[in-house]
Amino acid sequence: MTGSLAIAGIGIHPFGRNEGQSGLQMAVAAARKALADAGLSWPDIQFAVGGSDSAGKPDTMVTRLGLTGLPFTNVINGCATGGASLLTARAAIASGTHEIGLVVGFDKHARGAFDPRPEDWGLDGWYGDLGMMVTTQYFGIKIQRYMHEHGITSASLARVAAKAFRNGERNPAAWRRKPLPVDEILGSAMVADPLTRYMFCSPSAGAVALVVCHPGLATRFPAPPVYVRAVSMRSRRFGSFEVFSPSMPVTRGPSPSQEAAQAAYAEAGIGPGEFDVVQVQDTESGAELMHLAECGLCEHGAQEELMATGATEIGGPMPVNTDGGCIASGEPIGASGLRQVYETVLQLRGQAGDRQVDGARTGFTHVYGAPGISACAVLSR
Amino acid sequence: MAGDGDLPARSPATPSGPAGAPAVTAARTPGAADLPPVAENLFSWHDGTPRLIGSACRACGTLAFPQQHSCPRCCGEDVAGTLLPAEGTLWSWTVQRFPPKSPPYAGEAEFRPFAVGYVALDGGIAVQGRLTGAPGLDGYRIGMPMRLLIEPFLRNDGTVVAAYAFAPCGTGDGDHPEADDDRGPAGAPGEGSAAS
Repeated sequence: MTGSLAIAGIGIHPFGRNEGQSGLQMAVAAARKALADAGLSWPDIQFAVGGSDSAGKPDTMVTRLGLTGLPFTNVINGCATGGASLLTARAAIASGTHEIGLVVGFDKHARGAFDPRPEDWGLDGWYGDLGMMVTTQYFGIKIQRYMHEHGITSASLARVAAKAFRNGERNPAAWRRKPLPVDEILGSAMVADPLTRYMFCSPSAGAVALVVCHPGLATRFPAPPVYVRAVSMRSRRFGSFEVFSPSMPVTRGPSPSQEAAQAAYAEAGIGPGEFDVVQVQDTESGAELMHLAECGLCEHGAQEELMATGATEIGGPMPVNTDGGCIASGEPIGASGLRQVYETVLQLRGQAGDRQVDGARTGFTHVYGAPGISACAVLSR
Repeated sequence: MAGDGDLPARSPATPSGPAGAPAVTAARTPGAADLPPVAENLFSWHDGTPRLIGSACRACGTLAFPQQHSCPRCCGEDVAGTLLPAEGTLWSWTVQRFPPKSPPYAGEAEFRPFAVGYVALDGGIAVQGRLTGAPGLDGYRIGMPMRLLIEPFLRNDGTVVAAYAFAPCGTGDGDHPEADDDRGPAGAPGEGSAAS
């Protein structure tokens, strides 16, 4: 089984503030690294898919990479942009239209929380006027309810962040690379109760590029082949609790993460309990814990024991966010989803250095974004 | 769940109160009721009590807020304006401790942190709103009985508008006027008055 897409090359521009560099410059740097990793040059690329929320039009990269006339599709799907880009590339290859392409994601954001405009999200101005158009509120409200229902403690939230910074320390492409003790995370300033400053990721800058190919070509490239066994995307259904919702039904329905994950498992024939390495969206500590359960990787409420026993650490039975995730890397919206794929490919190739999960053969990635979308992928050697 | 902000004037503002009930009464709370609302068609006064204006699907009864012209559950387009129940319980909450970026935030320049959460109203809908009235910003608890109120909202341009919020209301005060009137079975919702 090789799935319908393979990864032939990967490149990353380190995440951080990256002052003095534009998002497009970072994207071009990441693309050149991915091409070199695959042993290819830009004219070999038959099509491209690029995503950025705030750092310019991805297809303008052709000015710097070369005017080869290739079709270059721009994708914009909030924090799930990387997943949507991968899905788009898979469609291009599975259709038989193309055999080799480039998928690139990048972004660069201003300091501080995001400042989305209500009108861009189908909402009226009063919602923003009153101060409710704030993503961090949603995260605080969602985990507050989850802790109430499932007995999760603040200590577990802090352990998620502490793990992120420990893993980030071992990742040269991460932004926050200084380990922080649990007590310091718990004691840092409250941002959106019960979430403190160090439990949140921050908007940042960075870029990731992948050379993708038909699985039949995967062994022609220098690096060990990694196959995308499944890729899926879902938007919200009635009953899921999503960011930027002035109201919601009290009766709960399945979340987009739950449905995207199940679709990916069904397509891949690989599911929970079979992944050697897992990346889930961790815009803050609570999101990592809730997404693990929404993706069916643990029972609701089991996260408390997982965190207490170190089960999600590198070396544990289910390593999660081995590159430090969003918490250590920051969140360049267009790049985050592909960062997860980049990390998974490194792990499956055995190239993850100090943070290598021994013998990793299978991996899972999950992104979640406004206004209630999720994209997942299953990868294997 | 978003409001259909580009639709024409919203018909539910036409008074069509429950049988036997006056659509609008003059018994308004002085103060906030006399301020211009932060947005039209967001809330209204009914027998002196503020009510949020939502919409209800005539086919499946699903409520939405703010009112929209289609049903998020059954996809139908036969919906009507309705007044949402004024009371419920706190579903979850947090505190907005840093000033949101402006725009979009339009609150007073000297930022004061505020609590915000979702109140599960009778009828199956939870509405997001600012929270007020608890002893301290973190004095809210999931499950607390809450009631809608209208309060002054000082804008960063110096003007003051009326905005909705929810406050703890204790239990057993017996004051649940018409709590069930606007959330009947399919066919009945949408009868509520939404005059503003």
